[in-house]
Amino acid sequence: MSAETTTPANDAVSAYDVDHPAPVIEPPRARTRKTPKTTRTNFEMYGWLFMRLSGIVLVVLVLGHLLIQLVLDGGVTKIGFAFVAGRWASPFWQAWDLIMLWLATLHGANGLRTIINDYAERDNTRLWLKGLLYTAAGFTIVLGTLVIFTFDPNIR
Amino acid sequence: MPAGTLYRGREGMWSWVAHRVTGVLIFFFLFVHVLDTSLVRVSPEAYDDVVATYKTPLVNLMEYGLVAAILFHALNGLRVIAVDFWSKGPKYQRQMLWSVVGIWVVLMLGSFYPILQHTLRELFGS
Repeated sequence: MSAETTTPANDAVSAYDVDHPAPVIEPPRARTRKTPKTTRTNFEMYGWLFMRLSGIVLVVLVLGHLLIQLVLDGGVTKIGFAFVAGRWASPFWQAWDLIMLWLATLHGANGLRTIINDYAERDNTRLWLKGLLYTAAGFTIVLGTLVIFTFDPNIR
Repeated sequence: MPAGTLYRGREGMWSWVAHRVTGVLIFFFLFVHVLDTSLVRVSPEAYDDVVATYKTPLVNLMEYGLVAAILFHALNGLRVIAVDFWSKGPKYQRQMLWSVVGIWVVLMLGSFYPILQHTLRELFGS
């Protein structure tokens, strides 16, 4: 911010100059034949992309879901078995809930995977936490999908 | 100015922290929510009994908190996408965060009565 700071000729303001060089960032490890198989794919890039694409879809699906279930028409008081039966009579809302279930669970599981990778430092801790996470996420997806597809309004 | 090595990333860091915290909360709720909805396969009574707890004042207030978490996560998620994919995103990240906060406040005020109306009626009479 001081007036003595020299700025480059172009209009981009830089904190670095000849006397104050930018810190050197080590290039990432080159991929060689010895690179483990798990780091050879672009899995993390696809995970990153999935978070953004699923996020956009989830904004629409989840906010629509909240608006219908919690805001409009008396809020949560109207919810009950009859309300669920009425909505799942329509393939449109079945598909809505199914897509929302899959995207939300995968989006959330990938987010938690990132958090586990960031904070669990011991290999064993990460292994167990991720095992628990994938079990819970798989269970949620399978259970939710079965419930949507096998729903029976005349169960009684 | 305090000296030290603590990273002070200002708005960018705090929005990242809030994004993580709200994300974890929402994920745990999702798990519970799929379980409670699964009760429609047990019996209408079992489902209605559990949904009745969602209509109590305390849980109703928690629903408002859930909406707060989801709205922030959704709006800030769109901001993250803009930072990543829009060429001017990083430059305007701070302005976008305050826009997110502004829209969040408006939506929270607007949904206060619709979401909490039956609790307000129950506690303060019709």
